[in-house]
Amino acid sequence: MTLLSIAGVSRNFGDVQALADVTLDIRQGEFFALLGPSGCGKTTLLRILAGFEFPDRGAVRLDGADLLAQAAHRRPVNLMFQSYALFPHMTVAKNVAYGLERERLPRAEIKTRVSEVLETVGLTALAGRRPAQLSGGQQQRVALARAIVKRPRLLLLDEPLSALDKKVRAEMQLELKRLQHEVGITFVVVTHDQEEAMSLADRIAVMDSGRVEQVDAPVALYERPRTRFVADFIGANNLFPGTVTGGGFEVPGLGPLPCKTDLPNGTAVLAVRPERIRLGDPGRGAADGTVADVSFYGGISHIAVDVAGHDRKVLVATQGPARITPGAQVGLTWNPDDAVLVPA
Amino acid sequence: MRSLRKRNPVVFLPLWLTYVFFYTPIVVVIAMSFNAGSSAYTWEGFSLKWYGTLAGNADVLKGLGNTIIVALGTTLVSTVLGTLLGVGLARYTRSKILEALGTMPAILPELMLAIGLIIFYASVNFTLGLHSVLLAHMTFGIPLVAVVVRVRLASMDMSLEEASRDLGAGPVPTFLRITLPGLLPGIAAGALLAFTFSLDEFVLAFFTAAPTEPTLPIVIYSMIRFGVTPDINALATILLTVSFTAVLAVQRMTRLTESFK
Amino acid sequence: MSRRSGRTLARLVFLGPGLIALVTLAVVPMILTLSFMFLKRGRFNGVIYEFTTENFTRLMDPLYLGVIGNSVQIAGTVTLLALLLGYPTAYAIAQLSPKWKTIALIAIMLPFWTNFLIRIYAWIILLSGPGLVNSTLTGVGLIDKPLEFLYNEGTVVVGLLYGYLSLMVLPIYSAVERVDPRLREASANLGATPLRTFLSVTLPLTLPSALIGCVLVFVPSFGNYVVPELLGGGHAIMLGNVIRDQFLKARDWPFGATLSLVMILITLALMLLQALASRRSRHA
Repeated sequence: MTLLSIAGVSRNFGDVQALADVTLDIRQGEFFALLGPSGCGKTTLLRILAGFEFPDRGAVRLDGADLLAQAAHRRPVNLMFQSYALFPHMTVAKNVAYGLERERLPRAEIKTRVSEVLETVGLTALAGRRPAQLSGGQQQRVALARAIVKRPRLLLLDEPLSALDKKVRAEMQLELKRLQHEVGITFVVVTHDQEEAMSLADRIAVMDSGRVEQVDAPVALYERPRTRFVADFIGANNLFPGTVTGGGFEVPGLGPLPCKTDLPNGTAVLAVRPERIRLGDPGRGAADGTVADVSFYGGISHIAVDVAGHDRKVLVATQGPARITPGAQVGLTWNPDDAVLVPA
Repeated sequence: MRSLRKRNPVVFLPLWLTYVFFYTPIVVVIAMSFNAGSSAYTWEGFSLKWYGTLAGNADVLKGLGNTIIVALGTTLVSTVLGTLLGVGLARYTRSKILEALGTMPAILPELMLAIGLIIFYASVNFTLGLHSVLLAHMTFGIPLVAVVVRVRLASMDMSLEEASRDLGAGPVPTFLRITLPGLLPGIAAGALLAFTFSLDEFVLAFFTAAPTEPTLPIVIYSMIRFGVTPDINALATILLTVSFTAVLAVQRMTRLTESFK
Repeated sequence: MSRRSGRTLARLVFLGPGLIALVTLAVVPMILTLSFMFLKRGRFNGVIYEFTTENFTRLMDPLYLGVIGNSVQIAGTVTLLALLLGYPTAYAIAQLSPKWKTIALIAIMLPFWTNFLIRIYAWIILLSGPGLVNSTLTGVGLIDKPLEFLYNEGTVVVGLLYGYLSLMVLPIYSAVERVDPRLREASANLGATPLRTFLSVTLPLTLPSALIGCVLVFVPSFGNYVVPELLGGGHAIMLGNVIRDQFLKARDWPFGATLSLVMILITLALMLLQALASRRSRHA
């Protein structure tokens, strides 16, 4: 069931086009992520949803109602800031209660809800402290609690894990997922870290240069990218530009490569994941090459292969230590179903 | 690089020169205020008598009273309007024109503003008095407070205000509960600066005051024009002390020097 | 309340009162002043509402043009001296340790916030016949009888310099502080002497602020009348003095307004020049 529908939203800052005709739907109760490199527009979109920016064109509807017509302080949307933005002159409890006080709820109810939410995030013992006295992880929980306690229809999180160190980050990841399930609020996370997005979200919108490249579940993004950018951005991938002609895919200098030809004739790019490529004897595979480098990462080996006619090294990943050495001649093969064609 | 760390003492020569230039006259005046003799130049022993004479000088006392009234009034109005203006310019507009309007009066020569004001006052048949001086001082006071507030605001985290609005507070409640508390040191500093400025201001006062109600700087001006007398030294010392204290207090409150770094 | 009108209301509340006050007290009077240029002088005071251009013809009198030129020259001298003394001073402060920096800056600012008249008075004390400077010089035997330090153009220059030097030091100090130390280190690393580093790195980067300092010193110096009056003793007439006399002695307000226009124009022209120059250097 659609909670939020964004239609044709565009925003320019002077010459820079931050958002270009962005359209996507977010469903009730899901954990959604906006993923992309810096400058892709994800933060601008987030701020538009929160009410701190306004699009030049387009519409945003929440529960069917026009969201853009409402001022920021009247929207049933709350934002967890990247810097947490905790009010330094108020205690944790006061910070959390702030939003409820704005709603003019009775004191008793405010008290109850504040202590409830503090317990949910595990900060009951710190209710009387000031933000300056808390650690990064604790501050983040306060910011989270402050936003959740208002029971918004939509909770926006701006790079929630970027400021945390590695160990705390892993903990918070699980925390966030658990919280979202428990509270049932729709979460929208903005991040540039694909691991974060892939592990947290039910669905991800990959963005680049103001456009939405693809919206899909993590697995689908990984296995079936639909644009070149997504194929390149998500995980490691091998890309071969070429042409689709009458039932096959031809790469100049390499010849035909196996893949599912589900695109019309014309230029296209073939993407095949490193772990899907098998090494065999030269002459027997789709392409031949010389092993340039072998690196062992514990569970996985990364083998870089120089292929004549291709400007970048092909990356192959195998389980366990590789039994091959640099300089060896190899042939590369893969299952046609494992290779994806994307538009050039 | 080692050579950069070693600070050539010659570099500091201009600094010392400037300080000698700045403070010699001041030191001399302060020293002479304690001079027992009636000459303003030769030392005849330590005495506080000129402070006594000063306390009995009716003109000086009247000027002082008027000046304090004007300064307090100007500070009050300028602080309120200047704070609002400073916040407005920082948060609610990007117009360069408005920005120029809000700061320009402080950059123009005082003589220009003074001339403009007497013409204006004459055109509307405005009777002169302390109130006309008060209004005149506002032309400097408002931009002064506005600038200090803006500097303070620039160093404040804007996401705090956004968080407040996100949580349901409109622009005015956000201002009162979140922005203002953080701004308080800056507002206090601006108020103190406006007060000090009004206390010492001469040109605007000279043109816009009523002849019968002079401010202290006007009194001082007459005293200087009619010849150097020792009690001016005492008056000068007192004023210097007040100003020094004010600036040090402002520095304490806002680390004013930080805004130059 | 829709978001648009809420925002407009906020704008009004914050910007309204202050701007209205400033417009009424500064802008409107300015406009009135300028309009007076075209009117005739009244018999005893004020104006007669008759259009005339005689104020402009009178302006062209070499007497007045001379005063304007003189004022520009004096203000220019002050600015130059302020630059020569102020830049090295600002640079020196930037070399201090943080604790001393703060103290040094306060020491520069303090005199600026004290009563201007008092500061001029202090110089009268120092420089007059029986004053400290003369008595020191005679005491040491360098001169026989007191020199006439006071009441000439040089004294006015010193007085103006004294009043406004701080305004040159502070912006330049800011700029020197902001120069990335790594740039200087890179220059030294590439073999440049400290002097060369200064000329090639620090100086160009701080030039815009030096220009701002120049404007900040020139404008009040140019528009000053108190210093020439008290320290110049009739031997240094600046534009400010003439304007003041027109308004208070000669009671020729229209002509005074005309002279004011000249002052405003020169002031604005300078500020414009400075803005253009700094924009050019930023794009370079």
